[in-house]
Amino acid sequence: MTDLPLLTATSLSYAYGRRMACQDVDLEIWPGEVVAIVGESGSGKSTLLGCLSGRLRPDRGHVAYRDRDGAVLDVWAEPEARRRLLMRTDWGMVHQNPRDGLRLRVSAGGNVGERLMAVGARHYGDIRQAAQAWLERVEIDPARVDDLPLAFSGGMQQRLQIARVLVSNPRLVFMDEPTGGLDVSVQARLLDLIRGLSRDLGLSALVVTHDLAVARLLAHRIVVMRGGGIVEHGLTDRVLDDPHHPYTQLLVSSVLPA
Amino acid sequence: MTSMLRLVDVSKSFVLHNQGGIVLRVLDRLSLEVRAQECVALVGPSGIGKSTILRIAHGNYAPDSGRVIVAADGRATDIAAAPPRRILALRRDTLGHVSQFLRVIPRVPSIEVVAEAARDAGATPAEARARAEAMLARVGIPERLWPLSPTTFSGGEQQRINIARVFVVPYPVLLLDEPTASLDAENRRIVVGLVREARLRGAAILGIFHDPEAREAVATSEIDCTAVLRAA
Repeated sequence: MTDLPLLTATSLSYAYGRRMACQDVDLEIWPGEVVAIVGESGSGKSTLLGCLSGRLRPDRGHVAYRDRDGAVLDVWAEPEARRRLLMRTDWGMVHQNPRDGLRLRVSAGGNVGERLMAVGARHYGDIRQAAQAWLERVEIDPARVDDLPLAFSGGMQQRLQIARVLVSNPRLVFMDEPTGGLDVSVQARLLDLIRGLSRDLGLSALVVTHDLAVARLLAHRIVVMRGGGIVEHGLTDRVLDDPHHPYTQLLVSSVLPA
Repeated sequence: MTSMLRLVDVSKSFVLHNQGGIVLRVLDRLSLEVRAQECVALVGPSGIGKSTILRIAHGNYAPDSGRVIVAADGRATDIAAAPPRRILALRRDTLGHVSQFLRVIPRVPSIEVVAEAARDAGATPAEARARAEAMLARVGIPERLWPLSPTTFSGGEQQRINIARVFVVPYPVLLLDEPTASLDAENRRIVVGLVREARLRGAAILGIFHDPEAREAVATSEIDCTAVLRAA
C-alpha cells in the first residue's frame, strides 16, 4: 500500500427528491485495500457506491481518482466518454443482481471476453483461453464457455459476472452484495480469490455487504452507514470487536451465531 | 535492552449503549513496558481485563486515552493514534498475536493459512511454504491434514494452527493470549519451546499463561493485574 489514496471522496451528497440518501460523506481507498460498507437497507450504502463508481452523479462533492500514471482525475468533472473509459478499464462493477452486469444474449465466454476486447485484446484464441481460465477460477466448468448466462443458476451467473469484471485486471472494483445469493462453499472460494488479488496484485475493492462475517474475513477497513451518513469507521476487527456507536453495537450484537 | 512495547497511561472503558448505557471501566491509566528478550506474564483472575490489555496492544480495542508505543525498524508508532493501514502493516511484520479464536476463510488449506502469514511478512511463496511446512511439523500437525481447512479440526489442532501461523514469522513483538490452552502436555512443551526460542532471538513477549508450569518456564517477570486493575 502506498502513501497516496487511489480514490478520495469529499463531502458527497445525493438526494432522491427531498430525501437525503447520502449526506456529506468523506471516504478514501488506498491501493490494495478492501473496504466494506455495512448498514441496514436504506442507509445509503448503494447510493454511495453509485456516486463513487461513476453511476450516480452526486448533487454535491467530489470524487478524485489517481490513475495509473499518478494523475488525479476529478471523476464527475471529466467528460462522459472519459468516465465511461475508466469504468471499462481501471474499474469494475459487480452488481447485486448478476443480470444487471451480464449480457444475457451473449455466451459465458463472450461475456468474459468482451471486457478483454474493451482493453484491446484481439486474438480470438487468447481471449477464449483467458475466458476459460477465469471460468475455472470462479468454479464454472470451462466446458460451458459457449452456454448463455440464462442457462446458469443464479449463483453461477454471479460468479460469471465476477469473472467478467476481474478478467481485465481492474485496479478498483465496486461490489454490491457480491456474495448474497451464493452457496457458502462458493462464497468462501470467492472471498479467498478477492483477498488473493488484493494481496498479490494490489487490487482495491469497495464492498457493500450486510454480512458482517464476510466483512470480517474480506475487508481491511469497515465503514458503518446509517441514515445517509457514516456513523463509525476504522480497522475491521476494531469496529466489530470494540464498536463505539450505538448503532454499530446494535448491528454487531444482532448477528445470529452460526 | 531496547523497549519494544510500551503502554503509557492507558485507560479503557466500554459503554454499552443498548444496555442502558452501562459503563464498564476496565483499565485506568495503566502503564507497562516490555523490552527485547523479555517475556512479561499478566496474571490475575479471569475477567479482570488481561485480554483487554493484549487486544489494545494489537490495535483491536481502541483505548479511551493513553499511548501504545510499538518500536519497529527504528520507528515508534502509537497504535492508539495510528491509521488502520499502519496498524495492518505492523501486524504483518512486527506484531504477532495468538488469540483464542481461529478466524479463517473456510476451504483454505491449513498449509496456506500458515504460509500466508509468512508471505505477508515478505517471504517468497516458495520460502513461505517451506517455513509453513516446517512449522506445522514442529507443532505436530500430521502431513495428511495440511491440505485440509482448519475449520474442521479439533480445538487443540485449531489452536496449533493459530500458533503455527504466528511463530512462522519472527515477529519482534509477540502477544500471546493463553497459547497453551486446550493443548495436551506434549504440545504444551512444544509451545513453551517456541516461546523461549522467540525470546532468546530477541522478541519482546507479553502474554497470559494460565498454566503455572508453562508460565514458570517462559516468563521473565510477572505483572499482577489484580493490583493494577482494581483501581479501575
